[in-house]
Amino acid sequence: MHELAITQSVVDAVCERAGGRPVRSVRVRVGVLTAVVPDSMRFCFGLVTEGTAAEGAQLEIDQPPGAGRCRTCAVEFTLTDLILLCSCGSADVEITSGQELQIVSMEVG
Amino acid sequence: MLREDDAPDHGHPHPDPHPHPHGCRRPSGAGETVTVEQKVLAKNDLLAERNRTWMTGRGIVAVNMMSSPGAGKTTLLERAVTDLGGRRPVAVVEGDQETRLDADRIRGTGCAVVQVNTGAGCHLDAEMMREALTALSPAEGSLLMVENVGNLVCPALFDLGERSKVVIISVTEGTDKPLKYPYMFAVADLVLINKSDLLPYVDFDVEQCAQHARSVNPDVRVLTVSATTGEGLAHWYDWLTEQQ
Ligand SMILES: Nc1nc2c(ncn2[C@@H]2O[C@H](COP(=O)(O)OP(=O)(O)OP(=O)(O)O)[C@@H](O)[C@H]2O)c(=O)[nH]1
Ligand SMILES: [Mg+2]
Ligand SMILES: [Zn+2]
Ligand SMILES: [Zn+2]
Repeated sequence: MHELAITQSVVDAVCERAGGRPVRSVRVRVGVLTAVVPDSMRFCFGLVTEGTAAEGAQLEIDQPPGAGRCRTCAVEFTLTDLILLCSCGSADVEITSGQELQIVSMEVG
Repeated sequence: MLREDDAPDHGHPHPDPHPHPHGCRRPSGAGETVTVEQKVLAKNDLLAERNRTWMTGRGIVAVNMMSSPGAGKTTLLERAVTDLGGRRPVAVVEGDQETRLDADRIRGTGCAVVQVNTGAGCHLDAEMMREALTALSPAEGSLLMVENVGNLVCPALFDLGERSKVVIISVTEGTDKPLKYPYMFAVADLVLINKSDLLPYVDFDVEQCAQHARSVNPDVRVLTVSATTGEGLAHWYDWLTEQQ
């Protein structure tokens, strides 16, 4: 259950940043090409925030879709998994979206 | 499932503290919005980078070995520390959830080893690696082999400060493993297909497995080995020697 460790990192970071103020909500960006499942993260968030400055806070999860760009023919296309193959046959694909694992913002006070 | 964003505000006053079982949003203005914009694993990444700098300064090359439980990490390590120990200093970090068994196996070879018990944690992280480095204080120029916890998901996310990542899959696990665990194979520098001595007895297609690994990681190196018979190990040692 790696969402637990990921969520723990989120909560540690926001509580530290909040400097003692209560955290009301946290917005994160979790790309669809990460191994992180949003529902598991929400579940873990409830557990991990217990007894912290973020207890009872809302977790909002933005999920950028997967996208790639072919370095051979420059075409851009949607990626639904990590299999890097362009319709031109090239496997030289750069992932341009979907791997985000960021804390975006939080509401405190 | 209704996402919090989609829930309409229902506009009642919000005394504090206020439980939110119904997912309503506090009216904006009640709090201050702070822009964070940092990687979730920023702290781990920072510690990992410090480990990397520390090791690079001492010519220590760390290799992070990851696989499903039982793919043969410890057996490969036992052979490697015996076969390479005469050429350069070798040290081992053993990540294990509960026991000291793997560390005891390595210690049996006479190699310097430190055990990191992760308890409920299913992966090593950069802080555990820092503690292991402090406990071991490997000699300058060492090869430091790290056995991560047997798990093909989250060790891929946690940088330890290593020079390279090796993913081990054994031929009893199925040809399509790279497609089932693409995140792990996507970050690998090397894939070791282990237990080649069992190929006559199982339905495993080495070339197909290598292609699956390349479909998520086009430049990855793939080597086939047997930790039991020693087949292919010379190529794996050559690869280790190249990691400077
Ligand atoms: N036939 C065969 N068996 C092997 C080979 N390598 C390892 N094994 C066996 O596979 C089993 C598991 O090996 P380990 O080296 O303990 O595997 P591990 O990846 O360290 O396992 P965990 O630490 O529990 O995740 C043992 O019984 C080994 O003897 C191999 O190349 N061929
Ligand atoms: Mg082991
Ligand atoms: Zn193309
Ligand atoms: Zn884990």
